[in-house]
Amino acid sequence: MTRLIALVAGILFGFGLAFSGMTDTHKVLGFLSIFHDWDYDLTFVMGGALIITTLTFQWTMKHGETLLGGNLHLPSACDLDPKLVSGAILFGVGWGLFGYCPGPALTALIYLEPQTVVFVVSMLIGILAHDFFATLSKQSQ
Amino acid sequence: MEASTMNALYGGLIIGLSATLLFALAGRIAGISGIVTAAIKPGSDRAWRWLFIVGLLLGGFAYHYFSGAPAPQLARQSYWLAIAGGLIVGIGVRRGSGCTSGHGVCGIARFSKRSIVSTVVFMGAGIVTATLVNILLGAF
Repeated sequence: MTRLIALVAGILFGFGLAFSGMTDTHKVLGFLSIFHDWDYDLTFVMGGALIITTLTFQWTMKHGETLLGGNLHLPSACDLDPKLVSGAILFGVGWGLFGYCPGPALTALIYLEPQTVVFVVSMLIGILAHDFFATLSKQSQ
Repeated sequence: MEASTMNALYGGLIIGLSATLLFALAGRIAGISGIVTAAIKPGSDRAWRWLFIVGLLLGGFAYHYFSGAPAPQLARQSYWLAIAGGLIVGIGVRRGSGCTSGHGVCGIARFSKRSIVSTVVFMGAGIVTATLVNILLGAF
């Protein structure tokens, strides 16, 4: 059942990303360029999504389980730490360089632009490299 | 409101609906970087994650197929920016435990302090970076 739900949710998510303009790096970089002819459209993407998720997530968490009676898988970390902030800085820098965050980059693979493929492969290498070195440094402690 | 603004709103609402489905029915957070990481590393429970990723591509294709909207051109054509951007995004989302979807759309909805801080910081870093690139390379 989780697989079917994930496929449907993925299709909706990708549809929403392309619909909203998040897969268009002109829109994304225009949104991030607040000092240069700011394109504010994309504020409505997170805004629109949050109108719905704030209601449904709060309700589901109060309910304590999924509508099908399954467990809610929630992140365990709740404290602020330097890694969270430095990670967010790095992510923001990479986002501002090319104009894609992870979801839109994956959806944009359908446009078959070689630079986008290079971006996604580099992102996967970055993910694996981070986790490899994080495991190494944990083992050496 | 302009059509592009309405599109952003409709797209956002659909993304919210997607995250709701995954959370309320499957108990999972629609955080793309977390889903991708667990999909490409050895481990269990990978099938639903791969199906979600396949859905991301199918959904984008469906939008362009039904709307007839042309594929957008890239604002920055440089391969160096693509490599640097991709690597830094990959390292950053792992170090910071999430990206725009997991922290921005799902975490803020859970009133997670970490997600609110993360979203403010990555937005700020994105704005500074895009602005600096505009100054150095010229507007796109």
